[in-house]
Amino acid sequence: MPPSGMETPFVFYASSHISELTGLRASTLGQLLELIRDVPGSSIYHHTHRFLQQHQYLSPEPPNDFSYWVADCLGDVELGEKLASIDTMQFLTIRALRDKITATIEKHLEENALVKMRFARSGEEFHFIKSVSFVFSTNYVAHDLDEFAQALKKVTIDSIYFHIFEARLRLEKKVNDFSNWIGSAIGDKQLANKISRLDPYTYTLEDLRNKIIYLIQKRSS
Amino acid sequence: MIKIDDYIPIVGQSTIDEIRMLAAKMAGRRVQHINSTAVGGGVAEILNRMVPLLNELGINAGWDLIKGGQDFYSVTKKFHNALHGRPEAIDQRDFDIFMEVSRQNIAKLDTSSDIVFVHDPQPIALVEKKKENKWLWRCHIDVSSPNQKVWKFLLDFIVKYDSAVFSAPGFSQKLPIRQFLISPSIDPLSDKNKDLPQEVIDGVLNKYEIVRDKPIITQISRFDYLKDPLGVIEAYSQVKRYIDCQLILAGGTASDDPEGQKVLDEVLEKAGSDKDIHILLLPQNDIEVNALQRASDIIIQKSIKEGFGLTVAEALWKAKPVVASSVGGISLQIRHKYSGLLCHSIEGAAFAIKQLLHSPDYAKKLGANGREHIKNNFLLTRHIKEYILLFLSLYHPEDVVNL
Repeated sequence: MPPSGMETPFVFYASSHISELTGLRASTLGQLLELIRDVPGSSIYHHTHRFLQQHQYLSPEPPNDFSYWVADCLGDVELGEKLASIDTMQFLTIRALRDKITATIEKHLEENALVKMRFARSGEEFHFIKSVSFVFSTNYVAHDLDEFAQALKKVTIDSIYFHIFEARLRLEKKVNDFSNWIGSAIGDKQLANKISRLDPYTYTLEDLRNKIIYLIQKRSS
Repeated sequence: MIKIDDYIPIVGQSTIDEIRMLAAKMAGRRVQHINSTAVGGGVAEILNRMVPLLNELGINAGWDLIKGGQDFYSVTKKFHNALHGRPEAIDQRDFDIFMEVSRQNIAKLDTSSDIVFVHDPQPIALVEKKKENKWLWRCHIDVSSPNQKVWKFLLDFIVKYDSAVFSAPGFSQKLPIRQFLISPSIDPLSDKNKDLPQEVIDGVLNKYEIVRDKPIITQISRFDYLKDPLGVIEAYSQVKRYIDCQLILAGGTASDDPEGQKVLDEVLEKAGSDKDIHILLLPQNDIEVNALQRASDIIIQKSIKEGFGLTVAEALWKAKPVVASSVGGISLQIRHKYSGLLCHSIEGAAFAIKQLLHSPDYAKKLGANGREHIKNNFLLTRHIKEYILLFLSLYHPEDVVNL
């Protein structure tokens, strides 16, 4: 299992993903809303996190397929912005994030009855996809902060992604693995808090790597 | 022979380490790819590169071909067109020919591997031979609005597979089996995509008597109605009214495509005596394709339907500005106005070409963004990793798999 804390070395894990198609598609906002309510959590996770790995260099790309589709395919820029600005860091579970997305769409539909008339042209429907994750340990292990920073320079961005995003939200650990280990095993609560207070959704994964290394090295110097 | 470590300078050591780690979970398993042609088309091209690399990674990968005659491939070409939504007259005799050849292949082929990986409709009926082992059906074509008669015929086979794989989200249908989205890929180290010295590029242009005295617009595709080469000539003509340019239409024909010559004849007729239209038949000459792409100012891919459109990835990898139809997997590769220009018509294609020829800095930026997007998402190494994950998924039904 991924690292859980006290006096244990930090084992770097990584996750790789494949996309599983559901065959479910929406052409209107109403259909989108209905399906967002029903699809598995792994589909909500996919559509709110896919951008982070596939468009890692496109920051600050909103990590949210719903927002992109609503703005670009339905032409509803206002709702697109509302969905893009949902602060994912404020949610500890996929369930809570889903509720926020549905509430945002419901409210917009109430206030803008005409948006029900909009539909995506053929070929631009929203296709619901699930993310299937494969979690595995890498060869990188750290016993102290120096080793940790060195390993962090070498691991793939998939490893950083796993410990920062997937562990916190999908595995419902509430806090990212790095902060958890630095706070509990190393005992540096201040550094742990600094890392957990980053909004990782507004960094590219490479920038996030550099930022965390910087925070560690700044603390050591 | 290319080795997996040869990709380290492009994708990084850690990416290759990760692939090795995942492959170790499948070590020794036998995976048998089956398709209908060893040369021509994207499937054969990918398998040629991928199978040796899977073996190097410790997975016992093989590749077999089904056999079929002219009648069979005429039928499967009709199926192909019908699945792409083109009107085709298909009758019982076509299905009978398909089944007769399928029965012969079922009798001859050994399908005892741990995983049997069947590509496209031609060998689809082999699944009748399925035992306790795992079977995958990989659909490389655009089945977003298929001819229902053909789709229903194939569906009887598809549901017997463990999982299906499609190249774009829009191709998925409601199916009772698991279905995955895996895009194809290009190999950055292949003859078609590796860097070329300028003298090689110049040599190819000289060979075909192409002078770089005016912008070159190129479409690389086999001669097929679905690639709309006639539409490309029309778009070029519309551009030519305002900008003196030249057009290259270059491609070969696949051994399982009996329609190619007919299309080529029509293209030659439409090109007429225009000396600035170069129609080149390049049977499997990857270096020449590479050189032509690199010599071009704009690459066009005006397909009417497209399974994925690997030529778009090839062009973007070479940082070329691309104008392409918004069909099939192309929209996964090009984000409009960011990594290329998408079009929906001949007029739209002509307008986009003019825009790019008039704004070289913009064109250059689109090409640079496109190369980065391909590097991150559509190289062979990503494809190998996803195939290994696909194999693992056959033994792990859950959404989060702890390996």
